[in-house]
Amino acid sequence: MTTLDSDIAHLLAGSLVLVSFLLLYQDRMFALLNVFALHACVLAFSVAWQAHLQHAPHLFITALIALLFKGMIIPAALHRIVVRLGIHRTIENVVSIGPTMLFGMGLVALSVVVMLPVTQSAGAFVREDLAFALSVLLLGFLMMVTRRNAVSQVIGFMSLENGLVLAATGARGMPLVVEISVGFSVLIAFLVVGIFLFRIRERFDTVDLQALDMSRGESE
Amino acid sequence: MNVSVGTLALAGLLGTPAIGALLLAVIPTYRVAAVLNMILCALTLASAALLYSHRPEPSLYLLVDDLNTVFLIIGTLVGFTTSVFSAGYIAHELQSRKLRSRDLRFYHALYQFLMFAMDLALVSNNIGLMWVAIELATLTTVVMVGIYRTNAALEASWKYFILGSVGIGLALFGTILVYLAAQERLGEGMVAMAWDRLAANSAGFDPALLNLSFVFLLLGYGTKVGLAPVHAWLPDAHAEGPTPISAVLSGLLLNVALFALLRFRLIMAGNPAVLSPGPMMVTMGALSLVFAGFMIYRRRDIKRMFAYSSIEHMGIITLAFGLGGPLANFAGLLHMAMHSLTKSAIFFGVGYTSQLEGTQHIADIRGLTQSQPLLGWLLVIGVVAIAGLPPFGIFTSEFLLVTSTFARAPWLAILLVLGLMIAFSALALRLHGLAFGETDKRHALPAWRLAPMALHLGLVAIAGIYLPIAVVAWFRHVATQLG
Repeated sequence: MTTLDSDIAHLLAGSLVLVSFLLLYQDRMFALLNVFALHACVLAFSVAWQAHLQHAPHLFITALIALLFKGMIIPAALHRIVVRLGIHRTIENVVSIGPTMLFGMGLVALSVVVMLPVTQSAGAFVREDLAFALSVLLLGFLMMVTRRNAVSQVIGFMSLENGLVLAATGARGMPLVVEISVGFSVLIAFLVVGIFLFRIRERFDTVDLQALDMSRGESE
Repeated sequence: MNVSVGTLALAGLLGTPAIGALLLAVIPTYRVAAVLNMILCALTLASAALLYSHRPEPSLYLLVDDLNTVFLIIGTLVGFTTSVFSAGYIAHELQSRKLRSRDLRFYHALYQFLMFAMDLALVSNNIGLMWVAIELATLTTVVMVGIYRTNAALEASWKYFILGSVGIGLALFGTILVYLAAQERLGEGMVAMAWDRLAANSAGFDPALLNLSFVFLLLGYGTKVGLAPVHAWLPDAHAEGPTPISAVLSGLLLNVALFALLRFRLIMAGNPAVLSPGPMMVTMGALSLVFAGFMIYRRRDIKRMFAYSSIEHMGIITLAFGLGGPLANFAGLLHMAMHSLTKSAIFFGVGYTSQLEGTQHIADIRGLTQSQPLLGWLLVIGVVAIAGLPPFGIFTSEFLLVTSTFARAPWLAILLVLGLMIAFSALALRLHGLAFGETDKRHALPAWRLAPMALHLGLVAIAGIYLPIAVVAWFRHVATQLG
């Protein structure tokens, strides 16, 4: 691996972390969906670059899934759902943007501090790749925690999952990566269909999870 | 000869539910489907029993060893008895128009698919395959929990989905880290994911990576086990789904997730330089035990209450395995087996109770021993057993655990006993109102429907009075292997 090769790999993996930050502070639905599509595209390029570097043609399938399914089909489907549900105005944030961003930076610092010493013996690229992947994973969690809306929680989950795919492709020669990414796609499809079905049944007036809590019937 | 019988049994174990799921998806009449469901589960149980004596050669993907046969036999047994319970339960749900016959076709197909996924998770020798199988099992139960499509059921299902997915994500990250640790020594590819190779060679793995991976795995699979503080999905999923699924969740799925943790614990145990995973497991176990004990007090919903009791018992089992050593491991294994049998029996009873009474509200259910004596007394026996009173098997395992904890960590034993007492008194308090008191209601229930419940409780009572020597030897052997 030449320096340029690993620089490009770092650039792509680093961009994924950056786009994760972009996701954190989007407060409009459509903007959120567009940024997520960008997230998936960056992942696709990153995975494709890994496939090229590792001479692992099967990883191109993972990249293609990321590009087509998560970069295009899912955002388009969510776009329609958002319009249908009439929730395209704003996103409710539980914590305001400033603290969220600071917290996000703390998480990235944490993952670098945790991963770099642990992976001393692994190759130079794997080290940074894992630190980036863990950052994306933790930022995904942060997004799921700070958002109340079901659609943005799903987007948080998908960005988390992109971090996992990044980690899996970075681990040289790991088997089952393609199968796992297909499995995740099925899971996400379930989620999206689930949101859609909630509405079709018209059981809920809102997909706001706070309102769902009310219907739980665990009254004291 | 031995080899071919074993391979055949393994094929039967995985093939029966897989083909069964497809078959049940196309059978429209629910009566036929319910009977077929029982037959398929019986065949799977027979295959699992056959695997006890005839082991196939391990491959890179599948492995049958002493540890997973324990889980397989308990799992397929509970799967079979639950299918018998489910036949009676589902007929009532159809009559009361809570479910339509189209839903039932879906339900039966998913039931077999769930059995397939859990059996696959148990026999997989590949940590990636195990992860995929547990993910499939989770997805299936998510769909089944939401099958009533009420507000509460959909919310429970959504919560389970989100928390389950987070758990899945963490567990996968942990699995990737284990692969990275192994890859340096075992080389790239499938070999570095085969569990038996990992466990045999883990002494040479990078200890720092293994340490980090176990944290992720404990949190990830711990979500599935229902350990506090990542247990929040469990009570909702148990309370809002169909009761056969509550029984399968408590009796089976929680065990499968715990099994995954044990597999990784064995990999850790092979490397002397890593942190001991024991204290982490003990902490989460003890926290779940005490927390769930207090939560049982405050429940108003009968299924939710027993769901918290499941968290409590999974906490006890995790604590036992975290403590380690032959005696505590033996207690953990025995407790796991007894809890699976007892808790599923209780859910069978609770399922009928809520159907007959038309409510899950504890306050509205009174005098069960008068209105339906057989069901009432069986439920009393079940609760007495789960609370840990003699002469039942759970008493034996808890006694063993408490004595071995007293010998090795007296402070922990105080916490353990405290947790057990809290849960015990909470259950006793609720049981009194449920089972006794005056009531004018009289319910009819065919006695055969209570057969699975009686069978489970009978087994638990026998285990408490006299545990067969063959079982003791078998469990002791596995406990020594667990280290």
